[in-house]
Amino acid sequence: MDLLANLGLGFATALTPVNIAYCFVGTLLGTLIGVLPGIGPTATIAMLLPITLSLSPVTALIMLAGIYYGAQYGGSTTAILVNLPGESSSAVTAIDGYQMARQGRAGTALATAALGSFFAGTVATLVVAIFAPPLTAIALQFGPAEYFALMMLGLITAVALAHGSILKALAMVTLGLLLGLVGTDIYTGAPRFTLGYPELADGLNFVAVAVGVFGIAEILRNLENEHEREVVAQEVRGLLPSGEDLRRMVAPILRGTALGSILGVLPGGGHILASFASYTIEKRISKTPERFGHGAIEGVAAPESANNAAAQTSFIPMLTLGIPSNPVMALMIGAMIIQGITPGPNVVTDEPALFWGIIVSMWVGNLLLVILNLPLIGLWVRLLKVPYYVLFPAILAFSAIGIYSINSNTFDLFAVAVFGLLGYVLLKFECEPAPLLLGFVLGPMLEEHLRRAMIISRGDATVFFTRPLSAALLAIAVLVLIVVLLPNVARKREQVFQEEDA
Amino acid sequence: MIGRRKDLSAGILFIVIGALFVYGALGQELGTPIRMGPGFFPLILAGVLILLGALLFLQGLRQPSAEPMVVPWWGLVLILLAPTVFGLTVQGLGLLPAVALVVLISAFASSRMSAWLALLLTIGLTVFCILVFSVGLGLPIRLLGPWLSL
Repeated sequence: MDLLANLGLGFATALTPVNIAYCFVGTLLGTLIGVLPGIGPTATIAMLLPITLSLSPVTALIMLAGIYYGAQYGGSTTAILVNLPGESSSAVTAIDGYQMARQGRAGTALATAALGSFFAGTVATLVVAIFAPPLTAIALQFGPAEYFALMMLGLITAVALAHGSILKALAMVTLGLLLGLVGTDIYTGAPRFTLGYPELADGLNFVAVAVGVFGIAEILRNLENEHEREVVAQEVRGLLPSGEDLRRMVAPILRGTALGSILGVLPGGGHILASFASYTIEKRISKTPERFGHGAIEGVAAPESANNAAAQTSFIPMLTLGIPSNPVMALMIGAMIIQGITPGPNVVTDEPALFWGIIVSMWVGNLLLVILNLPLIGLWVRLLKVPYYVLFPAILAFSAIGIYSINSNTFDLFAVAVFGLLGYVLLKFECEPAPLLLGFVLGPMLEEHLRRAMIISRGDATVFFTRPLSAALLAIAVLVLIVVLLPNVARKREQVFQEEDA
Repeated sequence: MIGRRKDLSAGILFIVIGALFVYGALGQELGTPIRMGPGFFPLILAGVLILLGALLFLQGLRQPSAEPMVVPWWGLVLILLAPTVFGLTVQGLGLLPAVALVVLISAFASSRMSAWLALLLTIGLTVFCILVFSVGLGLPIRLLGPWLSL
């Protein structure tokens, strides 16, 4: 069995003491920032990216991945105990989880979230291991036209799944693409949009842009109204779910895992959609839908499984195609490039230890999270009492040092301030930053493949429609765009995101 | 529920940024569709951005006007100042004073901060950062820069 041999290689890589240690550090950090509202995995990974340069590529990526799925775990703890989702994907968990906590069943809710997440993480790891290699084989057949079409599809799906207005999301993607083109043109060496600054010859610093539009803008938004957080459960007891609870949570966990695994592959915030969709399904098929919103255990089990499964399967497009499905994956690709690895279908053949090591480390990380999260809940509760005005100066100090350490370039720090301002202004206009960052990463790749495809086809633009795979991908992209613009769907979509924001 | 001013302003912002990129792209060689020059793709994208901005602007015209925005002006200035000051001082003054300045400046962005707490926070976080980044991770950044060594 190839799969077994590959997983064996993965275990051999993931279980070295160094990698276990960094996997642990990553998941611990992830849980920490997941618990703390106001700082998300995107900003954290952006800040820590430079620090991981001193590590080997596989160790660095294992740690960064740990931060990502660890944050999904931590976010649910805050949602249940404080009714404040630490991460956007755990907003749904807060509905029933917080009610359970108020009924004195915080322990059961937390255990349900942990068990559901662990099961989902295990299944999703297997899904990645089984489906990533065949997808890679397909990806190797791709020419520039197919890559261009695939990236267009990715960008359009990201737009469709973004919060708020479609028009704004489209504009944000376009702006991101343009910003990504700043720097030296690869074909002619001409400097583009550098405003005469030699520091911009290599393009805008990705980390500076990410910290600016996500980190700084988020801090400013939190400063708009500073309020105290109220922790419900001071002491969490009764972690073990009863037999009745177990019986109730099995089916929702299975359904949530399946749904999350599928939705996670979609570009653009798959895990957020997954948790919401699974909650809706549970409520719809339940024989007692009136219990939802009043502490139904199914309302915790399903979305928690779904968002964790989706967080894992969102690695599939990143690992197989080198195309990010969300801003965190974009950062992972950035980390690979900085480490000297070219992301794409070649990773699995050129760096099998890295590829399988990351996949297996996700399962190891999930195991660590169960062991870590349940006994440490008391500590997380206490952490929630750290006031925000102590947190954000720390966040700023870490970001400043982190960004400066990448290139020892003070210009990058001014870029942080500029993009922080731009990000905040755009946030005020209700423009979500995620599509912008995706566009920023894909901009140079998109242009390169477009130009290459046009050179190969001798300027014949129909090449994108005559090659079957490329035509199919573009057709799906157009279809997605038409569907989200249909008045009916547009209204439904608005409702979905409104409930999610509630 | 989405205010008029937000769509109008977002539209104007996108149009302005798009126009700047059009200006930049026109200064580049455009090339032909077979061999696209450095200006070709940016010009298309900038055109799309202007079009989207215009659509947003028109959409904003049809919507009722919005409630006034809350902007933490004081915090905004300080939070943007913090990384800028770090950039200006890290090479001259060194890492230690630069970190202290970032913490001190940003701490006052919160309306709940008191002078004593800010001072404590500055000392604590600076020591923590130096321990983690300089001692722990061994970042090769000078703790005290040339401006301080007389």
